[in-house]
This record gives sequence, structure tokens and C-alpha cells, in this order.
Amino acid sequence: MLVDNQQIVAALWETILMVGISLLFSFVIGLILGILLVVTRKGHLWENKVVFTVLNAFINIFRSIPFIILMVAVIPFTRLVVGTSIGTAAAIVPMILYAGPYIARLIENSLLEVDPGVMEAAQAMGATPWQIIIRFLIPEALSSLLLGITIATIGLVGASAMAGAVGGGGLGDLAITYGYQRFDTTVMLITVGILVVMVQGLQSTGNFISKKIRRR
Amino acid sequence: MITFDQVTKIYNGKEQQVKALDQVNLQIEKGEIYGVIGFSGAGKSSLIRCVNLLERPTSGKVIVDGQDILNLSAKELREAKRSIGMIFQHFNLLNSKTVYTNVAMPLLLANIPKNEVKKRVDDLLAFVGLADKANSYPDQLSGGQKQRVGIARALATKPKVLLCDEATSALDPETTKSILQLLKKVNEEYNLTILIITHEMGVIREICDKVAVLDSGKVVEAGSVFDVFSQPRTEIAKNFVRSVMHDEIPESVYQLVKAQDERHQIYRIVFVGSSAGAPLLSQIAKQYAVEVNVLFGSITELQGIPFGNLIVKFDGDEKEINRVIMHIHQQDVTIKEVLADVS
Repeated sequence: MLVDNQQIVAALWETILMVGISLLFSFVIGLILGILLVVTRKGHLWENKVVFTVLNAFINIFRSIPFIILMVAVIPFTRLVVGTSIGTAAAIVPMILYAGPYIARLIENSLLEVDPGVMEAAQAMGATPWQIIIRFLIPEALSSLLLGITIATIGLVGASAMAGAVGGGGLGDLAITYGYQRFDTTVMLITVGILVVMVQGLQSTGNFISKKIRRR
Repeated sequence: MITFDQVTKIYNGKEQQVKALDQVNLQIEKGEIYGVIGFSGAGKSSLIRCVNLLERPTSGKVIVDGQDILNLSAKELREAKRSIGMIFQHFNLLNSKTVYTNVAMPLLLANIPKNEVKKRVDDLLAFVGLADKANSYPDQLSGGQKQRVGIARALATKPKVLLCDEATSALDPETTKSILQLLKKVNEEYNLTILIITHEMGVIREICDKVAVLDSGKVVEAGSVFDVFSQPRTEIAKNFVRSVMHDEIPESVYQLVKAQDERHQIYRIVFVGSSAGAPLLSQIAKQYAVEVNVLFGSITELQGIPFGNLIVKFDGDEKEINRVIMHIHQQDVTIKEVLADVS
């Protein structure tokens, strides 16, 4: 094997860092966009055709660009934000741009599942629009929301591996440089194995927490 | 307590406008249980939603507790909604929250201190008979229990008005009865004005003081439950009354009606109140040379007043039967000849 254990551990850590940080940012962006997508639609709390149409189109554009292309396309922007276009930090920027709109769609979906009757009850009680979002919409959607976040996290693990192709570091980088370009099958198998275990772990955890929250 | 003044609601569809409410005028007094009945699509839901502005009337006025609610600011309206509780057909509880939190929600929204909330919620849960379910989740409850939670939640902010939107339509007859009794108790103990919309005449008969019949967005008949049940004027009201009073003539009797001649005449006699207790028929049998044959009968209680409905056949001489009819007309009862071509 061309790499030692330390290198593998370091690569794993880089992957976790990339996924963790980009998840945090893209979750915040996705949550805001997702809520806006729901409340600005017709007949909802803050019905606003302009905001909804613009947001909808914007998200669709980002969602339609394959990650590998997005990564290259936003290099100038990445450079502007983190000062470089290679390395772990540079990989995080396109990962956020990739996962943010994705999470927005997932959150939109979960929020739309909430029983309109519950919203009606909230309005009948005299809740403010803000209270409706915080105390009714989000808690009722939480279980389904968590499953969505799990899916997004797994998507980010995949994206982080792809970021390796442009020198992003992490397990993907290791697999491509040693496993693919230098024909080291052991490294390839080990990285794939770690990724599989990671995804399994994430999905099981997501399912478990979602089930705990779900009350119906 | 609630006044609808020329309330009209129009929905703008893609192809055409739909008039859900057409110049509705209704007056609901304080402490009353007022029922609005109609078929689906008659405009009931729109009507009740105009009281707390879940839907805004296209024109007209809605006055609740002296306030013209259409003229309130968003903030004033939220304030006003605290004195208007509402319960729903499908309960609309938060599935992710416990029974306790569900009931506490209107108080939490109003930023009431925690200890006060606790006291109020405990009282309410005891009142609706769910003190032991505070920590359960809605999916662990039966339909009737969920509606009790809904009622407790609606009462949390001590409202003056309770709106019931088909509150028993998703429940079985037994549970419906117990929920209606609970609403009656709410009405009596808190002197709460209750507006009920329903398509079940049984609900109206059970607890309402007054009733309005809604058809295609118009109030076609309104009055005390007793008046509307004993003397429905419109065809639609008659249909609703028939659905619970079981005064339709059975097929076997109908065959007899067809065969009636001068010597056998069939009449419907309607007794109301104290006359229901009078031994009218036995008196007739003794005083006149006719035979009285009761073909069908029912007695229902409306608002504590007995209401009887008998279909009888008189056998005898035509002149004698006419004298009997005269006699009955002098009493406090209504008598009508039953003919073969009308029911």
C-alpha cells in the first residue's frame, strides 16, 4: 500500500470537516430559502408572487448544474471568498452552493406536508406569522425534515469525494491519486469501505432520530 | 354576540365566480347555542370562517362582541381572536406535541407566565375529562378524546364565543353524543355563545336553541329549533327535519292510504307540548262512533318539549268522521288528511 494509516485518518478528518462545515452553512441557507419557498406561495402566510418565482427559478438553476461543473464554474467566486481554488477550504464553497438549494427543496417538501388544518388552527388562535412558522410549521415537519437533512448529508459525502478530483483533499482525493492514478487497489478498497460505513451510519442515525421525533 | 349583516362571499374561480354566501343576515345572542345546517357546498364553512376572518367576506359586516372585526388592524384582530375559540372536524391538533402543550399553545402564543399556563391547562384537562392524558400524544387518543383536547384548547384563552366547524362529523354516534353534552356543559358553565355548523340535523336537535338553514349561500329559514322542527316551511328544512324525526310514512301504511275510501280515512295528527299528554284518541273513541286505528307514531323531545306525530285511520260513517275532525281542530293539535299522492 502506498499510503500509511496516518494519511487515511487525515483524509477521513478532511472529509468530515468538509461535510460538516458545508452542511452547517447549506442548512442555514436551505432553511431560509425553503421556508421562503413555502410561505410566499399562493394562499400562504406571505403570499408574494415575485419572491416565489425568482427564488424558484434561482434554485432550479443551481439544482440543474452537475457538481463537477459547478465546482469549476465557481472558481473565481471561491477564490474571492477563501483566497485559493485548491484544498479543503476551497472545496467547501461549491459544496455549500450545491447543497444549499438542494436542502431548500427538501425542506420545502417537508413543510408542505404539514396539515393545512394545523395552520388554520394556528391562525384561528391568533398566532403571528412568525409564531406559525416557529411553533407550528417547523415542529410538525421536524421528523420529515430530519430525513431530508440525512439525504442531503449523504449527498455532501458524495460531493466531498468528487471534490478530490480538483485537489480538494479528503478520502476522494486519496482514492483518485493513489487508488486510481497509481493503481493501488488496497487504497481504493479502503476508501470505498470507509465511505460505505459512513453513509450507512449517517442514514441509520437519521432514521433513528426521525423515528424518535415522529409522533403519528 | 355575533351579527352577520348582509355578508356576501364570492370566490373568483378561473372560469366563473362562485357566490358562497349571499347577503346573509343572522343575529346570535349571548349565551345561545346557534346551529347552522346545510348540505355540503351550501356555504356553512365560509360562514363560520367569516367570524374569525379565516376567510374575509367580500362585502357586509361581521360584528363580534360589539366589535366590527373587519375594521380591526392585524394586531387588534389577533387580540380579538383570543375571545373566539374554534374547534374543527379533523381536530387540527399538533401531532408533534403532547396534549398538555396542545392545550397550552394559545396561552404560550399570548406569552402568559408558565405557572399560570400550568394551572389553566390542568383545570381545562380536568374539565374535559382528560387529566390523565396530559403527557400523551394525539396519535395515542381516540377521535372523541382528540376533540376534547380541541375543546380544551379552544377554551384556553377564556373566549366569549366558540365556533364549531362540523365538530362531530368525524365521530361515531356515541362519541358525538358525549361531545355534544360537553359543549352543552361548556355553554352552561361559562355562559359561552356557541355557533355550530353541521350537516347533521341530530346535532341541531340535541343541543341547539336556534337554527338557520343555509342553501346555496342564502339563509332560507331561521328560528327557534322548536319552531323549525315542528313547522318547517321550506322543502329543504322539511328534508332535514325528516332526517331525524322519522315521520315519513312507512310503505305498509302507504298501501293502506291508497286503498282509503269514505269509510276509511287516514290522518296525520301532530301534538305539541302539553297536548301530547292529553288522551285525545281515547276520548274520541268513547265519544264518537268511529274506530281509531293507530298506524304509525313517534314522539320526540325538542328543547324539553314533547313533540308527537301520529298517523291514524278512522273507520266509520263519513259524517261521524267529519265531526271527529271538527273536535280535533278545537284542540291544540294539528290534523291533516293523508292523501295517496303526497306523503
